[in-house]
Amino acid sequence: MGGIASSLQPGGVALDLKNVRRVFDDLVVIDRLDLRVDAGEFLAILGPSGCGKSTLLRMIARLAEPDAGRITFDPDTERFQTAFVFQDAHLLPWRTVLDNAALPLELMGMGREPRYQRAHATLKQVSLLNAESRYPAQLSGGMKMRVSLARALVTEPRLLLLDEPFAALDEITRFRLDNQLRELWRQRAMTVIFVTHSISEAAFLANRAIVLSRRGGHIKLDRWLALPSERNNDLRADPRLGREMKILLEAMEEE
Amino acid sequence: MKNPSHNRDRKGALPAALPALIPFLVITGALELAVRGGLVRAYLVPAPSSVFRAMVESRDELIQAMLTTSASALLGFLLSTVAGIGIAVFLSSSRAIQRAFYPYAVFFQTVPLIAIAPLLVIWFGYGTRTVVASAFVVSIFPVIANTLTGILSTDPALRDLFRLYGASTLVTLFKLRFPAALPQILTGLRVASGLAVIGAIVGEFIGGQGLGSVVDIARTQQRVDKVFAAVLLASVLGLALFGLINLISYVTLRRWHASEQT
Repeated sequence: MGGIASSLQPGGVALDLKNVRRVFDDLVVIDRLDLRVDAGEFLAILGPSGCGKSTLLRMIARLAEPDAGRITFDPDTERFQTAFVFQDAHLLPWRTVLDNAALPLELMGMGREPRYQRAHATLKQVSLLNAESRYPAQLSGGMKMRVSLARALVTEPRLLLLDEPFAALDEITRFRLDNQLRELWRQRAMTVIFVTHSISEAAFLANRAIVLSRRGGHIKLDRWLALPSERNNDLRADPRLGREMKILLEAMEEE
Repeated sequence: MKNPSHNRDRKGALPAALPALIPFLVITGALELAVRGGLVRAYLVPAPSSVFRAMVESRDELIQAMLTTSASALLGFLLSTVAGIGIAVFLSSSRAIQRAFYPYAVFFQTVPLIAIAPLLVIWFGYGTRTVVASAFVVSIFPVIANTLTGILSTDPALRDLFRLYGASTLVTLFKLRFPAALPQILTGLRVASGLAVIGAIVGEFIGGQGLGSVVDIARTQQRVDKVFAAVLLASVLGLALFGLINLISYVTLRRWHASEQT
């Protein structure tokens, strides 16, 4: 039986996966996976549906344990320092935007005033100040996702995990949120692990991308993307982005 | 973006009630004509005007009976609400507990009230306690079943979110599972409200005062008009309780649940 440990070397990696295995009934979803992610990295995990991307992310979030192997975390990514953004916004529909954004702080036991101040500041960062008193049913899909992002960022996490968060959004909204996420990562110097099946999104957002195989969750490609640090809409028409996308596509296609 | 105002149709109560009012007026009018014309025998089904007259003549007795039934039904309903939600929370705590106890809750539901009502009299004696117990017994199951379904249907992603931030079981129950289950709980309460009135009337048949007792006595006196008057008032009581739950539902869900936003 594997386990999750938090021993740790000061200063170094954000997380280190060694020989990680995860099985559902008889199906081996992840098998003997080794992955080291440095602090401050923006890593994209690509792969076809069912390849174990989300399972891997849940294990990193400590929402599921590996059946074998070990995941070691940087001391700074202890409990409450990890945030998770789901595929859909998953807001509490009976709470206002402000109360949704402040929820993690409330669960951690922070007082009303300071948590509202923090939530207010975070909503400002995702341009949602004018929607604080609205309920989720009154928001568009893009706005809901931004609330979800604010809820994840409100604890000032050192490790941000995103599981295909913008997949259901229209392209313009997705581009806008991609830009916003990249900017937030730059400002906060946190480690981001972004699971997606969109090659263009992975290439645009990440500094490093890994491609998982359809079976067994093996890493078929582990690549540092040769793209400028500054990412904006101009890059979307840049041939360098096209080249990186082609490399990722070829890795996705080969089986 | 969706309309933020959640405007419920507020054109007035009369236009909203009209579709339900028209069949009532037509059937009442037709029945009146049928009885007066001799098509229906008055000792089997009285003319609506006779029922109305019986109501006016026996108003003091009927009002008193209605108040008695209301108190018993309401108390039985409140007890089944509190106990039903409590039992559902207990059952939701683990699959093993559900497997061990839920079948008994279902079995309890299938026992016919009329068969156990005499037992209630033996246990609680003649009077209000038996009537309240009867209302409680018949109305608790929908509360348990709906609350349990609601609690168990909580979004798994949100359960993960609460785990991620170290929320305790109790905090998760009160801040996530319970509010998320509220629409289903209210559905259970709607069903239970009507059943509580039925349970109270059955209890009064066997061993109590109130509308059930009025119906029983009027039956022995061949006062069909008075039986109908009491039955009508019992229905009004059920409707009032149902309306109260609808009002609570509207107040609590209108901002966030689709069932109250149409």
